[in-house]
Amino acid sequence: MSDEAFNSQTIELRDVTAVSLRDATMAVAEAVDWSVSPGEFWVIGGQQRSGKSDLLMLAAGLIPPAQGTCRVFGCNTESLGEAQLAEWLRTGFVFQGGQLFNRLTIAENIALPLRYQKDLTTTESTRAVEVLLEMFELVPFADLTPLNVAANWRSRAALARALILKPELLLLDNPLYGLGARHSQWMLRFLDQLWHGHEYLGGRPITLVVATDDFRPWQHAQRKFALLHEKKFTALGFWTEIKTADQLVVRELMAETEEIQN
Amino acid sequence: MRGNLAKTFELTNTQVLRHSPLPRSYTDYIGRKLFLFLLTMQGLGAFALITLGVILQKNSVAKNVIRPRIRQEIVRSGVALLPMFGFVALALGFLVIGQTVSTLAKVGAVEYLGSTMVIVIVRELGPLLAAMLVLTRVGTANVIELGTSRALGEVEALEALGIDPMHYLIVPRVIGMALGIFSLTVYLIIGALASGYLFAFLQGAPMRLDDYYRQIVDALSWLDFALLALKTIAFGFFIAIVTCYHGLAQPLRLDDVSRVAVRAVSQGVIICVLLDALFIVLYVFS
Repeated sequence: MSDEAFNSQTIELRDVTAVSLRDATMAVAEAVDWSVSPGEFWVIGGQQRSGKSDLLMLAAGLIPPAQGTCRVFGCNTESLGEAQLAEWLRTGFVFQGGQLFNRLTIAENIALPLRYQKDLTTTESTRAVEVLLEMFELVPFADLTPLNVAANWRSRAALARALILKPELLLLDNPLYGLGARHSQWMLRFLDQLWHGHEYLGGRPITLVVATDDFRPWQHAQRKFALLHEKKFTALGFWTEIKTADQLVVRELMAETEEIQN
Repeated sequence: MRGNLAKTFELTNTQVLRHSPLPRSYTDYIGRKLFLFLLTMQGLGAFALITLGVILQKNSVAKNVIRPRIRQEIVRSGVALLPMFGFVALALGFLVIGQTVSTLAKVGAVEYLGSTMVIVIVRELGPLLAAMLVLTRVGTANVIELGTSRALGEVEALEALGIDPMHYLIVPRVIGMALGIFSLTVYLIIGALASGYLFAFLQGAPMRLDDYYRQIVDALSWLDFALLALKTIAFGFFIAIVTCYHGLAQPLRLDDVSRVAVRAVSQGVIICVLLDALFIVLYVFS
């Protein structure tokens, strides 16, 4: 791949070895070559503790690669510092479970990135926060701390917090984890709107990468799927291709193991 | 972002030593303890320097977020402790005067009461006691809060939002604690000196209030004020550094937090005593 093509990718991983956040000596993925183009929607599947979260955090620049090169919007994530803050903020990250700050209220959590990056007072950030609270149906929980709010709503608050700076790339770690059926449907619908261009982002489509341990809810003809299994990252292709895949772990992620056994 | 925090902890990883099997001899044991001590000192030094760097570099970054947080920390490390310090000041004045008045009266040296108060309370007990009280009340809370934040992934969440955890979590605590201890020490000293006279008066010491006041003023020099400010700010800075370092450093699991809190308080006490010794040397040679 030419350097020009390399830089035009939203995410580009070349021969990357990803390590665990908890233990930098433990590799979770090796020799990863992966590129994400602008406007794509990737779903990375893997069993629990397979290292999906660590790979996602690596792609967000939160964990440096033990080997290889990771570029996001053409910037090497290892050299991302204060000077490249604007580039850094083009990426939003939503952790599994939200990772909201427990000492701040839901409204303060959502406002924090905006207030910090733009140096705004609480009053100055109120309007922007209100828009998101309304959009995410979080108004009744605005003044509660995350521990007093159900997990369903915490996930929404985490997504709102990631969107307040209007990123171009959104990485979500298991966004449906612990959500009830209604909230799962809401989340899937909302992410789909983001992908196609949500009015909150001025209709601009966003690049999405989702890590999951269940492919089924993400079924869509134009989404791309990948698998992380036993430290090996494999791009599987579109839904029609993975439907015919014969790898046991892929079938497991599609909850078709019984079918295989039969 | 990830750089500042990662730099500190990549420098010193004491986990290998802490989790390795028990040494076979006392000399090995002492050697291991020494290595641990040196690595911890290196880590603390690096953390302190990086914190100072962030304070200076990001002085004007996100003022509307950081300044209210500094105010919160000043309230937590200072204002909120005032009632307890009022009680301690009363007790300290009584303790020192109770022990000294009768002795000084016996030898006819009541005129030294003021200077005794200055030496004991202004130079030594006041700052050290204030530091110990803040360490146990706020320092432990720091370790637990930051350890929990670390274990729950809040530090990574800050980094993901482009917020430097050193700037958001550490700088307000360091500044708040330094100013908090300084202010509390001043209140503690004033309260102890006042209660000292009250108890001297109640014990019938032959001394008027203006004599007591004059004795104290005569015993104080500019160096006392300068070193008192330096000492208390240094106590606050290092207590915050030790507690924040241990809170953020290694505990990635919730069950580690209480063990690390104990270690942080022990090291905080040692550092305060060492700093106090350093200031005694400064007094002696000034």
